[in-house]
Formats: sequence, structure tokens, C-alpha cells
Amino acid sequence: MAHMTPTPVMDPAGDRTMVLNMGPQHPSTHGVLRLMLEIDGETIVRMMPDIGYLHTGIEKTTEAKFYQQVVPLTDRIDYLCPMTNNLAYCLAVEKLLGLEIPPRGQWIRVMLNELTRINSHLVWLGTHALDIGAMTVFLYCFREREDVLRLFEMVSGQRMMTSYFRVGGLSLDLPLGFLDRLKKFIDAFPSKVDEYENLLTSNPIWMERTKGVAYLSAEDAIALGTTGPTLRASGVDTDLRRDEPYTGYENFKFKVPVRTEGDVYARYLCRVQELRESASIVQQALAGLPEGRYKAEAPKVVLPDRENMKTQMESLIYHFKIVTEGFTVPPGEVYQAIESPRGEMGYYVVSDGTAKPYRVHMRSPSFANLQALPKMCEGRLIADVVAAIGSIDIVLGDCDR
Amino acid sequence: MALAPIFRKIFLVDLIKGLSLTFRYQDPKEIYTEQYPLERPQVAERYRGLPRLKMNPETGKTLCIACDLCAKACPENLITVESERDPVTKRKVLTKYTFDLSRCMFCGLCEESCSTDAIELTPDYEVAQYSRDGMVLDQKRLEEGPDRKEYKR
Ligand code: SF4
Ligand code: SF4
Repeated sequence: MAHMTPTPVMDPAGDRTMVLNMGPQHPSTHGVLRLMLEIDGETIVRMMPDIGYLHTGIEKTTEAKFYQQVVPLTDRIDYLCPMTNNLAYCLAVEKLLGLEIPPRGQWIRVMLNELTRINSHLVWLGTHALDIGAMTVFLYCFREREDVLRLFEMVSGQRMMTSYFRVGGLSLDLPLGFLDRLKKFIDAFPSKVDEYENLLTSNPIWMERTKGVAYLSAEDAIALGTTGPTLRASGVDTDLRRDEPYTGYENFKFKVPVRTEGDVYARYLCRVQELRESASIVQQALAGLPEGRYKAEAPKVVLPDRENMKTQMESLIYHFKIVTEGFTVPPGEVYQAIESPRGEMGYYVVSDGTAKPYRVHMRSPSFANLQALPKMCEGRLIADVVAAIGSIDIVLGDCDR
Repeated sequence: MALAPIFRKIFLVDLIKGLSLTFRYQDPKEIYTEQYPLERPQVAERYRGLPRLKMNPETGKTLCIACDLCAKACPENLITVESERDPVTKRKVLTKYTFDLSRCMFCGLCEESCSTDAIELTPDYEVAQYSRDGMVLDQKRLEEGPDRKEYKR
């Protein structure tokens, strides 16, 4: 079977068709995705995605690390939404430990997660528009993204690989002046979304290129395991934030945008609407941010506060123990899924009772969504492939792990 | 055919709408580009960049007590700490400290684990080099910081 060989080869079925390789170094494949297209003139007869060019081995590496050392690795899986990855992993381990996070920690997590969604969707919108030929939107999106990244830098110390969440809470409390800066950004943000929509939503070229393109029916979307905006644009109303609330999402009011058209334009509208909803969630989180601790009281798992560590013998001993030996997690297995910007991001963690995970598996949304690509493209034109890839918003680091 | 779409097409309404937005950003106040080597971005206080080993400003001695926590905390195992006991004071003294910058992912776990705040990731972000030589920093380099010539035009 062609799928089983390490480098799949596609043979054209007859004389009429030829095989064209798109990628892995194609600018519009958003990373290193290789697509093998069997084409008949301009029409795609068959399509076969080939992944593995960005395999990092993170899943395996986690087995040799302490639980707390895995957090920086999870950043690198889906590098456009590091905070969601951190969160999914931390929630999974916390579920195994039975840890409860204080409200302040939870609210900050929600706030930063929605900022991550904004960040990720901005990259998506910019590059997707660039692929289809709208250069200006790209520049505007990256301008706003720069602001988000500055906020991340302020809160965590790094722009992209944030590693801010810890098992049991956060690594540090919010810095001074962060909330004001965030408020300034998020109050102005909806008007920026208006600008993007102004440029795209009713633009005739944009509509020509996206309406009715790469259609995916609701049945196919479910059967192929797509999640997130790709699924919601096909008319299936699911969102883990609302359906299985985690880390306090039940306290927030937001709408889940659903479209029924199932084409690129519908996915675009869904995501743009999500940008607005995320902004509103951040605003709610800002308005009601509770006071209190930002990490759980669990001396055996969570590093003690720095002042305590320097003044109290007991805290210092726990600090030494956690850093040198890690913390042990009761044996068992757990699956925790959250709604990442791309869809259902799930972490399956198996513990054998030691300080290192026995197995960590990620159910990544990009991998599942990529399966829908041949369904969307077969029988259509080559030019539409670029629009289709952009519309499912894949990140190859997330596909290959 | 309805009149509105024809009107939009003839008078290029959408084009004008888009262009008016673009022209609003011609104001020099709206420039976001940074002319990097001339204009250096102000990074946040928490920024995790080039590592530094801190010294006690009064005595000039290192703050590091050679406890090895940073080396244990590092997921990449790139820090090595060697120490020996002072025969008089019976204290551990740091003899060698190396930090392999080329493998560091700047996650900050070492900084978080240090009980004396000796190792710190500073907001110095200019760590790129032309070769791998000199990427393994020893104690002296870590204490003194990089000797860098300022960019001049
Ligand atoms: S920043 Fe992370 S990778 Fe670098 S030395 Fe510290 S713990 Fe290791
Ligand atoms: S730098 Fe800090 S953690 Fe590392 S050996 Fe020295 S005192 Fe210990």
C-alpha cells in the first residue's frame, strides 16, 4: 500500500493524468506539508497529503522528563498557540492528581487562552488572505499580533514559547501594569476586526475565491474527525468550551459561531466571529478577575512561593525535592481535551506512579483536520487547494509532533 | 439583476472602501516597523534571554552555592556544576559552572529553581553568533556578560 511506505509514491492512473508534488517547501502550505496531486489538466483527480517533515519526537521525549519539565516541550507542538498546549497538558496532569486551581489562576488561564486564540487566528487570517492574494490584511493582522506577543512577553518572558502555566497553577502572578495594557488592547481590538472585515468580507475577489470552494458536508466533517471552526462551518454546533467546560469557562458568556455553508468563506466567517467572541471573553475576564492565589496549595506538587522558600525550612525542603526528584503522580490514565484555536486538542497521559509520565499522547486538531483536505479538493481546481489549506488552518508541528 | 450590485461594480465601491482604509494608515504616526540595529526594542522585564550568574555586589563573590538544582531542573541537561568542599569552612564551593547556550530553549526552569537567585535569564536578546564556538559559557563569561561592540552606522 502506498500509504505504508515511508515516502509514498503516487502513480498516475492513466495517460490523461499526471502527478504533481506540492510542497514540502511551498510557501502556501503553512510549514512543511507535502501534497501529492494527481491532476487532469487543472482538475484534481486524487490528492494525498504526506506528513512527517516536521517530526520532532516530542511525544517520546516526554517519557524521559519529569512532569514539570514537559511543559516547555508542549509549547513547541503547536507553536501558534503555546498557551493552549500548556493548558491541556497541565489540566490532564491536574486531573490525575485531583488538584483544584484557585479562581484567580483559572481566570488568568482563560484570559491568556483567549488571547492565544486571537493570536493564532490573526496569523491564520493574515496568511490565509496572503495566500489568496490580499496582502494588506496580512500586514494589519501582524500589527495586532505584535501587540499580543508583547503582552505575552510581559507576562511570561517570551513571545512565542511562553511556558507560563505550571501543573497546579501559573509560574508567576501577572506583572504590574499588565491589566491596563491588556485592557487598552482589547478595547480597541473589535474595531481592528472591523477593519479586516472591511477589507475582506464583502470584497468581490475574496468572495469569488472562497464562496462554494472546498465544500465539506456535515456528515463528512464528522466522519473525518474534524473539529473546531472547520467542523462548525459545516453546521455542527460543538465547542468544548461550552459543552465540557474546563478551567472555569462556565463562568463566561459567549456565542459559538456556526455556519452551514461548509465552504472556505463559512470557515472564514466563523473564525472572524470567534475573534470577536474571544475579545469579549477577555473583557469579561478582566472585569471580574478575582483576587487570591494564582497557584494551588499543594506543597508536594507546586513549587512554594519564593519568599516562603527563602525563609521557611519546610518550603525549602519541598522546593529541593520537587526540583530534584519531581513530583509523583498516582497511577492511572486520563484524557483531557480542550478547544484550541484549531479544534479539539487532547492530551492523553498515562502515569505509572513515578515522577515521569509513562506515555503522553496528543490528539492534535491539525492532524485530524488535514484528513478532510482530499475530500475538499478532489474534483476541484488546483488554485482552490491553496484556499482549502488555508481554511483548515493547520500547523505542521501539531500534525507531526 | 438588482441595481445595487451593478452600482457597486461600476463605481468600484469595494475598491474605494479598501483603499480608504489603507490611506488612513499613511500617517507616519502609524508606522510599526522598527529599524532594528538602530532602534532597539524595549523588551519586558521578565524576558528570558542571555543567562547571567549574579555576584554579591559587596564581596564580589558569586551567589551560587553549587546546589546543582538548576542542572537538575533543566530539561536539556545543559548546565554542569562542579564543586568541592572547603576544608576550613566545610562549605561547598563552586569550582566550575558551564552553560551550553546552543542547546538552551530559554524556558526559565533553571531560573525558577535556583534557591539563591544566582542564575538569571536577562533581557539581553542578542545571542546570535556566526559559529558554534563560544556558545558554551563558563563561569567568567556568565558573570561578566558579553563584550559586545555597539552597532555603529
Ligand atoms: S532556560 Fe531551560 S533549557 Fe535553558 S538552561 Fe534553563 S532550564 Fe535549561
Ligand atoms: S545557580 Fe543556583 S541552582 Fe544553580 S547551582 Fe548555583 S545556586 Fe544552585
